[in-house]
Amino acid sequence: MRITQGTFSYLPDLTDEEITLQIAYALDNGWPCSIEYTDDPHPRNSYWEMWGLPMFDLKDPAGVLMELNECRRTFPNHYVRLNTYDARYGRQTTALQFIVQRPANEPGFRLTRQETADRQVRYTMHAYATDRPEGERY
Amino acid sequence: MTAFGMRPPAPGEESPPELLSPDTVVDLARERAESQVDEVLDALDTELVGLAPVKTRIRQIAALLLVDRVRARFGLEAARPSLHMCFTGSPGTGKTTVAVRLAELLHRLGYLRKGHLVSVTRDDLVGQYVGHTAPKTKEVLKRAMGGVLFIDEAYYLYRAENERDYGQEAIEILLQVMENQRDDVVVVLAGYADRMDSFFSSNPGMSSRIAHHIDFPDYDTAELEEIGLLMLAREGYGLADETGPVFRSYIELRREQPRFANARSIRNAIERARLRHASRLMATAAKVDLAALTTLRPEDFRASRVFAGG
Repeated sequence: MRITQGTFSYLPDLTDEEITLQIAYALDNGWPCSIEYTDDPHPRNSYWEMWGLPMFDLKDPAGVLMELNECRRTFPNHYVRLNTYDARYGRQTTALQFIVQRPANEPGFRLTRQETADRQVRYTMHAYATDRPEGERY
Repeated sequence: MTAFGMRPPAPGEESPPELLSPDTVVDLARERAESQVDEVLDALDTELVGLAPVKTRIRQIAALLLVDRVRARFGLEAARPSLHMCFTGSPGTGKTTVAVRLAELLHRLGYLRKGHLVSVTRDDLVGQYVGHTAPKTKEVLKRAMGGVLFIDEAYYLYRAENERDYGQEAIEILLQVMENQRDDVVVVLAGYADRMDSFFSSNPGMSSRIAHHIDFPDYDTAELEEIGLLMLAREGYGLADETGPVFRSYIELRREQPRFANARSIRNAIERARLRHASRLMATAAKVDLAALTTLRPEDFRASRVFAGG
């Protein structure tokens, strides 16, 4: 099951040229970029592992792309995403965030139903991949 | 991949720009005017005094990049020239100033995407503990991408006396990026000639990756005087007629003294003359006109200890 989250989530995966253009757009707006990776893509797992520190004061997308490629090399089968943060007063939020790498095989999620009191049912999402320990999931 | 909605074609799918046929004639002068490189080169000529070898080399580089651009339009593929440089020269010979101009020039010629200058020293590249250096150096490199990374007093990166010095690690990362991403960043090393030589002899990899070694000659008295006058004019000052010879003899005397730093010493001399000028006005004149405010008189320079022989 293809996981969609963030900006452009319903588009096909962006190519490196398109990613470069997006980074350039972010930098032109003064948004610092940062890279995150994870192998636990649960929708409520908001905080992925940081790949290095956020990159401030960059002028050119080449620097971000260099880190991105290094992260992809280190974690070829993880989800990797790019965040850009708008620090402007009054906004101070993630301005743009999209997945730049996904594992070749995404097994998807299982829906677990839990019977509780009074015939209530609670639902839980469980990623099949997380049955295995961290680092061996994809 | 099938087209999706309103998505424009991917950059790779677009047809490449039309190549010129072999018998086309390209007007080099127009190419030149379009790139606006002459503006930068002229500014280099008028605002920087002397430095003939530097200007020649920069003109050569500009010509090469311009010709390469025209060649590319005919479909002639040439490897992008490596433009990493080493500026050697005494302090105050304009290495940083030329680096700023160079960044601007390479940007106009389309070699660099942004054309900004990031000026760093050892402190910005080398960390204080194990594992601190690599991220620090990489951060600086990332900041410099699309522009020029200017490493002042680069020989401090390598400390021969301490083999566990982290500088070596910074050098290795620099080398790697200089080699693999020469499209993205131009590295300029700067420093005194003799110390740069010993730096290169202990880092042969660095030396071989730098294509241009440019030596900044010391200025002679006439050039220094011209520089001084330019600096004064920029700050809205002028010399009284009788100040000219005093200023010249000041420069001559100052050159003989230790720790003479070319244009930088002249700038400092002018700063001190401005101080004396201001206090002279405060002490003597109750009312001043524009001429008094903008004119430096001989006594503003005469009071310097350079004339006292010490």
